[in-house]
Amino acid sequence: MSLLEIRNVSKRFGGLTALADVSYSLNKGEILGLIGPNGAGKTTLFNVVNGFYPPTKGEVLFKGEKISHLKPHQICKLGIGRTFQVVRPLRRMTVLDNVIASAFLRAKDKAEAGEIALEALRFTGLYEDRNVLSKGLPLGNRKKLEITRALATRPEMLLLDESFAGLNPSEQNELIDIIRQIRAKGITIMVIEHHMKVIMALSDRIVVLNYGEKIAEGTPLEIGKNPLVIEAYLGETESA
Amino acid sequence: MKKNLPIIIILILLAVLPLVGLSSYIMHILVLVIIYSIIGMAWNLLGGYCGQVSFGHAAYFGVGAYTAGIIYSKLGVSAWWGLPLSIFVVTALSLIIGFICLRLRGPYFALGTLAMGEVLRVTAENLVKFTGGDVGILIRERTWVGKIWYYYIILLLAIGTYLLVKIVIESKLGYYFVSIREDQDAAESMGIDTTTYKTIALCLSGAITGIAGAFYMNYMGYIDPKVVFNLHDISIVTIMVVMVGGVATYWGPTIGAIIMVFLAELIRSNPSLGAAHQTLFGILLIFIIIFLPNGIVGDFPKLRKLFRLGGTPT
Repeated sequence: MSLLEIRNVSKRFGGLTALADVSYSLNKGEILGLIGPNGAGKTTLFNVVNGFYPPTKGEVLFKGEKISHLKPHQICKLGIGRTFQVVRPLRRMTVLDNVIASAFLRAKDKAEAGEIALEALRFTGLYEDRNVLSKGLPLGNRKKLEITRALATRPEMLLLDESFAGLNPSEQNELIDIIRQIRAKGITIMVIEHHMKVIMALSDRIVVLNYGEKIAEGTPLEIGKNPLVIEAYLGETESA
Repeated sequence: MKKNLPIIIILILLAVLPLVGLSSYIMHILVLVIIYSIIGMAWNLLGGYCGQVSFGHAAYFGVGAYTAGIIYSKLGVSAWWGLPLSIFVVTALSLIIGFICLRLRGPYFALGTLAMGEVLRVTAENLVKFTGGDVGILIRERTWVGKIWYYYIILLLAIGTYLLVKIVIESKLGYYFVSIREDQDAAESMGIDTTTYKTIALCLSGAITGIAGAFYMNYMGYIDPKVVFNLHDISIVTIMVVMVGGVATYWGPTIGAIIMVFLAELIRSNPSLGAAHQTLFGILLIFIIIFLPNGIVGDFPKLRKLFRLGGTPT
């Protein structure tokens, strides 16, 4: 059975159709890449899965249960963590406090929340920076903090929204390693990414959105050869 | 133990202070300082830590005061019962105000609470049968003539409030409040039920303010809607107390209350300045926001540096 199933999801904002009848599913333990040109509806889809927007039509199922129309905090509790495209650290809190705040979700007291938080910080390599105010972190570490915070909620599935944007190549490689280790723990990952190198290296499967519609789905190799995808990214062949 | 030593010394000083034979006027000022520091601490819980800036804390103060006043005037019960009773009444009120206002964010929440405070003032003015309207409520037989016992009671309430705030802020609730302040959407996707926790912050903040209001009824022996639902003297001065002292700090509201109450008395007692006291408060607030955005307690390291530079170098 698939872990997450997106069934005929449409999302309209007034006259603008951000998502049109998108369907696909994620299997447990896989990394699925979600790509598409700017404005294709990738983040909107995350916001629907995460519960910020109810879908206009269709539904999202997590472990066979309908989660669309639940609130984000309820969906998080069920086991879906997420990061934001524009990083949103709790600025006037230390790195450790940021992670403790999210670790409380699964902890019965502060001591346990602290343990979960420290474990997550060691995992992503932010342990040394734990006492820094998060507004003072460089971008690379802020992106890591987002992931750490999501991990501290002990998710079964993680939604990563452009965690690689703005990172230098060595930071990118480090993050690829971290994401692979997250998957090794059995956490399913859906990742939005613009860096083709990263998405091709990470994903087991890729879904391509364009103007809110799913135009392709397949392994990285298949997607790289798909004429529709090439057209969406490079323009029509006639006009090129 | 060593860390708590200054606090213990301050507590002992506060406990013996009334025994040195201060004038009734000074005692009154001290009681006012403590009342404002309690409301400030309560406001800080909601506005400072949870980030929901309320411009309507007079609503809770006033309803607390009227709870005590009405059980006295209508039921003939001692107004002191208003202190415990106001917890329930004001918590119920907080739930209603929260239901209406907490769906608003940022400045809209501030406007919503401001409106609620004013709505309650007008209600109290017009519900003559119940509240006595503009005539107010007078307690004819005061419990004590002197001010010493009132001082000790409000001091105990302040200590209780301080401890409660400290316990709450250092617990899960505190982490959740600050997370909501820093980024509500991020908090929500970390699994925090922001609506529930904002409501908890509001209820705690409201209930504490309500007790202070109930005490005020007992202490002053007279209330009317224009006093206890006052937009400037309660709602806005409370915000100033916290801003001046230090937002989201434990001692900020107390330091702020000392400064604001003494400053207000100083300005009012000077006939040539008296009429301009709101203007002067406004100027003070502008200075604080520009130069000490974290308040006196929050920017204490900055202040110390400033004085060291200006004073004798060590």
